[in-house]
Formats: sequence, structure tokens, C-alpha cells
Amino acid sequence: MYIEVKDACKNFVQEGKEFIALDHVSLDIEKGEFICLLGPSGCGKSTLLNALAGFERVNSGSVKIDGKEVTEPSINNITIFQNYGLLPWRNVLKNVELGLESKKVPKEEREQTAKKYLELVGLSGYEKRYPRQLSGGQQQRVAIARGLAVDPDIVFMDEPFGALDAITRMKLQEDILRISREEKKTIIFVTHDIEEAVFLADRIVVMMADPGRIKSIVKVPLGSHRDRTNDDFLYVRDKIFELFNMKVDDYIEYNI
Amino acid sequence: MMKKILSLKNAVISIAILILIWQLLFWVSSYDKALFPSPKMAFDALLEMTDSGVLFENIGTSMGRFAVGYFSSVIVAVTLGLILGRLPNVFKYINPAVQLLRPISPTAWMPFIVLLFGIGDIPAVVIIFIAAFFPVLLSTVAAVSNIDPIYLKVSKNFGIKQPALTWKVIFPAAFPQIANGIHLALGTAWIFLVAGEMVGAQSGLGYQIIDARNNIRADILLATILVIGVIGIILDGLLKLAEKAILKSWGGAN
Repeated sequence: MYIEVKDACKNFVQEGKEFIALDHVSLDIEKGEFICLLGPSGCGKSTLLNALAGFERVNSGSVKIDGKEVTEPSINNITIFQNYGLLPWRNVLKNVELGLESKKVPKEEREQTAKKYLELVGLSGYEKRYPRQLSGGQQQRVAIARGLAVDPDIVFMDEPFGALDAITRMKLQEDILRISREEKKTIIFVTHDIEEAVFLADRIVVMMADPGRIKSIVKVPLGSHRDRTNDDFLYVRDKIFELFNMKVDDYIEYNI
Repeated sequence: MMKKILSLKNAVISIAILILIWQLLFWVSSYDKALFPSPKMAFDALLEMTDSGVLFENIGTSMGRFAVGYFSSVIVAVTLGLILGRLPNVFKYINPAVQLLRPISPTAWMPFIVLLFGIGDIPAVVIIFIAAFFPVLLSTVAAVSNIDPIYLKVSKNFGIKQPALTWKVIFPAAFPQIANGIHLALGTAWIFLVAGEMVGAQSGLGYQIIDARNNIRADILLATILVIGVIGIILDGLLKLAEKAILKSWGGAN
């Protein structure tokens, strides 16, 4: 298995009280899959993502990518954050070139690559702008271009569209779906928005809080072209809604 | 443009009032003219000094000392601050000593410095160094430890390691707050240059004040004081321009 989480546990102590963010979480992900980690706040979805991305380590259990234990962030697996993380003192082009500089790509090639990915996210002509001159949606596009420019194997996305308005969010969801097909990346996407998860994911990992755990994993058999008003789409969405209301705590793998 | 004209108008009025008060005091005071000269006499003294070239010679000397003391202090303090800001476990052992030394007026070091180095350029330079050092060091440490953690997360993710991390990410991210400290330190350092030269030097603007007193030339003394004030304003303005230029080339935070 490409990504393998086994029996991962993670506790925090907050104001003297122990908080279980991950309680024996196991998850396998194949190369090229689009996975959404879905759940309410406190369900450990971001903790799980941070463990996969190497920003935090689990207390017990193992987190492996390509057979290797994850111990620190790597330029092969890029994380896209909710608040973009663009460097405000660099213009758009220089922001996208950031990772290429560490990879010691020659200057001319850096610029070419950066421009290519800016075009992919629909921001050609914005090279000389600074982040503060862009809207939130545009800034997140720059962050996505910056991530893809280093040609990562996996893209981790931590509620990337959470700070955007509904219309912009839908537009970016469509774009990220298109990009994920074109670039053939493994994407692990954290969200608390059920519709977003159904629109994007090949499989949805439904998580529950207190303690943070996986409730079930739902396959989304909707193909590559998705329509939010389609009956099948609504059917899957309703299934997920039901899951959040269900009292039974069984671990079920759903095949719809 | 309108704003500039207005602020220029304000400045002219403000300085005119200052000179008027001075003139009034001159008229009502019973001091000897040689001890309490009028604005006109001070202005004549200024012309006398510019004609003889003494003034520019002393300005040059003072500015040289100031440049050496101030810039070396800023460079050392920023460098140390960038390092210590990233090492909170080391800084917690250094901070108490810094807090002990910081409230000591740089002039208190003066006799000690003169004993060690003698009269000359060094005491004034050292005083300026001390005066600028602590504000710049502390603001740099604070700026570095207040950097938005997302910049560091992104840097780690993109494999940016030291020393690139410092000059590509930490320094620019901390710069606005560091610039604040550098700016504050400029005024302080300029104030203490004069103090340093009054005690530890035989040349420069501070010495010129002492020399004027020794010769009972209050007109020269007051003229020199005004020159010191004007240079202070000019230095401040130049630094503001430099700051603006750097911030602008970095996408202009604000």
C-alpha cells in the first residue's frame, strides 16, 4: 500500500485535560487516489493530515509513505494551508519559484516552470503582483501553483477553501478536481463540508470526535465529471448525512 | 502634494514660534548678551562657522563616528537578534543580563571607556554602539520569535534550510519590526553622540559645544545645538526613505 497508517494514536494535554485527537486510527491509501478526510472539529482530521505531512508525529502506531516512516516534512509531499502561507515580500512568480530554488533548478527553468503552473491555475499575467494585491481565491491558486511546481507525489490540503466565499470555493473545487486528473497526484484533502467531500473524493474517510477516530470509509462512485444537482450526487451526500446522525459506532466500509 | 504643503506650513509656523519665544526671552532677560544671545547673534555665529569651515569639519567628524558606531551596532545587534530569536532556550539565559545592562545610560560607561581607550574617536563610537545596541537587539529577537509560524512550516515543507532560511524567510518576515527598532535606535544614538563627544573627544559637534562654553561663546554654542537638531531630523528622514524603499521592493507591507 502506498500510504499506510496503522494504529496511530495521538494525545494532547490541554489545560490539564487529556484530549485524544487520534484513537487507534488505521487507513490505507493508494497512489493517485483523491481522499477526503471529513468530520467535525476535534475529530483529528487535521492531526492525521499533519502526521502524514510530517509536521507532527503520532504517539504510537506508524505512519508510512511508500514503505518509509514519516518523520519530517518532505518536498515530495506538499501541504496547502487554509491561510495560504504565501510570502508577502515576494511577488507571485517568486512565490511559485520558492520550492524550485531549494531544488536548485536553474533560474531560467524556474521561471518557465512557475509560469506553466500559474497558467494551470488560471493566473497568467499575475506574475508581478504581490499577494496582498490578490483576492483570497487567487492567493490560494498561487499556493496551489507553488505546491505543484515542485512536482510532488502527494498534495495535502488542510481545509484549503475554508476561508473563501461559497462561489469562489465551488470554482476552486472544480479546478482542483480538473488539476488532480491532469496532474495525476495523490491528494489528501481535509474538510468539514460534506458537499465538498462528495464533489471531490474518490473515497471519503468519515471521522468522529472525542476520541478522534474513523467512523467509516465511503467510496464515491461518481466518476470524473460531477454535477452537484445530479440524483447520484445527492444520494451519496444523503448517505454521508445519515452517517453523521447514526448512533451505531461500528466501523463499516461502505460500497454504494 | 497638498498634504506636504500643509505639513511644511505647520513646520514653518512651529519653528517661527520657537524663534519668537527665544527673541522674547532675549528682550526680557537681564543676562549679559554674551551669555544669552539673540537668534540673530546665533545665526551670525553659524555663518561665521560655515565661512571658516569649522562647522563642516566638525559635522564630518561627528558623522563619521556616528556612521561607524551606529552601523556596526545595527549589524551586530540584528545578526545576534536573528540567531537568538531562533534559540529561545539560549536567549532565556542571556535576557536577564540584557535587561540588567539596558537601563544603564550609555553615558554612565563614559569614564570607564575613556580610562580604557583614552580621548579620541573610540569613546564616542562606543557610546553610540551601546545606545543603539539594546533597542535593535531586543526588537530583532521579538520580531523573530513573533514570525507567523506558517512561514516556517512552508519553509520546512519546501526544504529551505539554513542559511537560506534566515535571509529568504526569517529576515524579511521580521523586517518591519526590526526596522522599527533600528529607527528608534537612530534617535537615541544621535543623542548620545553629542554626550560622547562632550566628554571623550577633542573634535566633533559635541566638543564644539564644550569649546564654545570654554570660550564663553554662547552664540556658537546655541548655533551648534540647532545644527545638531537639524541633522537629527535629516537622518530620521533618510532612514524613513530607506525603510520605504526596502518595504516597497518587498511588496510593501502596508
